[in-house]
Amino acid sequence: MTLVLMLTIFVLAIFIGFEIITKVPPTLHTPLMSGSNAISGITLVGAVISAGQHATALATIFGFIAVVMATINVVGGYLVTHRMLGMFRKKD
Amino acid sequence: MTPYASTVTLAAGDLPAWAMIAYLVAAVLFILGIKGLTHPRTAVRGNLMSAVGMLIAVAVTLPSVMGGLGWGVVIAGMVVGGAIGTIAATRVQMTAMPQMVAIFNGFGGGASIFVAWAELSSFKKVIAKAHEIFNEQGQLDIATTYTLDQIATIKQNAIDAGVLTFNNGLAEIGTIPLPVLIATALAGLIGSVTFSGSFIAFGKLQEFKVFWNPWVLPAHQLLNALLFVVAVGCTVLVIAYPDAAFWWYLPLVIVALVMGVTLTCPIGGADMPVVIALLNSYSGLAAAATGFVINNTVLIIAGSLVGASGIILTVIMCKAMNRSLVNVIFGKIDASKSTSSDDIYEGRIKATSADEIAMMLDGVQRVVIVPGYGMAVAQAQHPVRDPFNELEARAGNGGFAVHPVAGRMPGHMNVLLAEVDIPYEKLIESDNINPHLDTVDMAIVLGANDVVNPDARKPDSAIAGMPIVDVDKCRTVVVIKRSLSPGFAGIPNPLFALDNALMFFGDGRKTIEDLVTAVKEN
Repeated sequence: MTLVLMLTIFVLAIFIGFEIITKVPPTLHTPLMSGSNAISGITLVGAVISAGQHATALATIFGFIAVVMATINVVGGYLVTHRMLGMFRKKD
Repeated sequence: MTPYASTVTLAAGDLPAWAMIAYLVAAVLFILGIKGLTHPRTAVRGNLMSAVGMLIAVAVTLPSVMGGLGWGVVIAGMVVGGAIGTIAATRVQMTAMPQMVAIFNGFGGGASIFVAWAELSSFKKVIAKAHEIFNEQGQLDIATTYTLDQIATIKQNAIDAGVLTFNNGLAEIGTIPLPVLIATALAGLIGSVTFSGSFIAFGKLQEFKVFWNPWVLPAHQLLNALLFVVAVGCTVLVIAYPDAAFWWYLPLVIVALVMGVTLTCPIGGADMPVVIALLNSYSGLAAAATGFVINNTVLIIAGSLVGASGIILTVIMCKAMNRSLVNVIFGKIDASKSTSSDDIYEGRIKATSADEIAMMLDGVQRVVIVPGYGMAVAQAQHPVRDPFNELEARAGNGGFAVHPVAGRMPGHMNVLLAEVDIPYEKLIESDNINPHLDTVDMAIVLGANDVVNPDARKPDSAIAGMPIVDVDKCRTVVVIKRSLSPGFAGIPNPLFALDNALMFFGDGRKTIEDLVTAVKEN
């Protein structure tokens, strides 16, 4: 994929981000933070590739560390967000 | 699959079309997930959609490495990380949420450092291999150590990675492409600042003793500037010497880690919401940079969404304090200009008791509670629910006035109050409640200080221009506080000395409990 294409995606995604996130009410700012934090754990995809391809021993070791860190970020982030949002449910 | 068959990055371009489409689906789910967060009713579903997107993105990546030597490593890493994440997320107290978010954030940044570094290592290897096979004056007998399939794969990988080109039919082996080098350096730089900065933020929020006072070194700004110059220098070296990029990456990471510490350390507790939001943004940008390194669309999209989210929250937090981002990071509040606290408080402070407040509450119609970080520290959100519900039952038009920077992270108060089942429509932003405060009979300030300081309206004040909750307009203001000590801004609060203000000294939790008892007995 060419660099230009990637830059296009990057810029457009930032604009989408600005558009939707400005609509998030202050009440949900903490869950927004922890939820978007979990999304930034998407590095897990890169970590899986680095660790899994076994290009060099070093790459595998680095990949392993990255997989552990990114998984903590992803799993922890989504769980904690889910816990918080559960409390925002309207009480009947 | 042979070990070398996947030597180079399995760039997105190498993945089958269905995997690329799955990445697109994942990206759409992330966007819809965040969109769900725009309302409390749809938020749980939104978060689940986003989690499903993540599951899809990871699931379609796994087959590309399945069965290889690194396969076990991947699974082991996911099991370890998953276990740590699950334990941490299910055990954490709601009051400790800012620390938790900070630490998760740090791990996200850390992952980016290592992915980018691993890629540099892989590149080194594929270039070496390509040289070995293609560039030794056509000595194809060296191929005896490889099968023809392997050669074909290495060749294709080298072409995909941009290190092998053909000129007049001759193979030319280049080096790591420039965009990849730039993205790698950025991923390392931003990832490292995020990593160390988040851990310092964690330490500060956890209130480890070493962080009780902000660390300010002599010539701190000069040191920051110097570190920045060195970091830029290392970045240039990574880019200028691709063959040694793998090694220049190390000092880059070290300098950036130090920079994360020196940038975060001097920032005081009240500015923590800004720091957390900013670090959140960085972790997204680091992920996006990693996406450029490994040619992966879903990393770029998800990373930039998070980057945008963090920036927006940062701006909102800064506006709520009427300070610029530069001022938050590099400046400090000048408390010296303010009048001494003795002049303001002398003879004007009226202390009150639980019984007295209980009696006053008997006659009031409309009560507003203004929570602050003190409420979180004292865990006073639990006992505050009962008096609130009772007041609601009686008059039904009160609420909580929530200032955007009350607490240690954006929306901190809202989470704590949601935890004790206060309906979210009763949590009102300060901007929305201010015009109605003159009709409020009583405001109860629970552990908040600077955000209710009327001095913010004076142009010469240290917090001049900061939007506040105008509690001084209410008929009576009861301030629940341990003492007259100043808030984070370090300036006295003339609100305490106003004619309509009453001080109820004590621990947030204990005082509210006393109040509940007094109301029952009344």
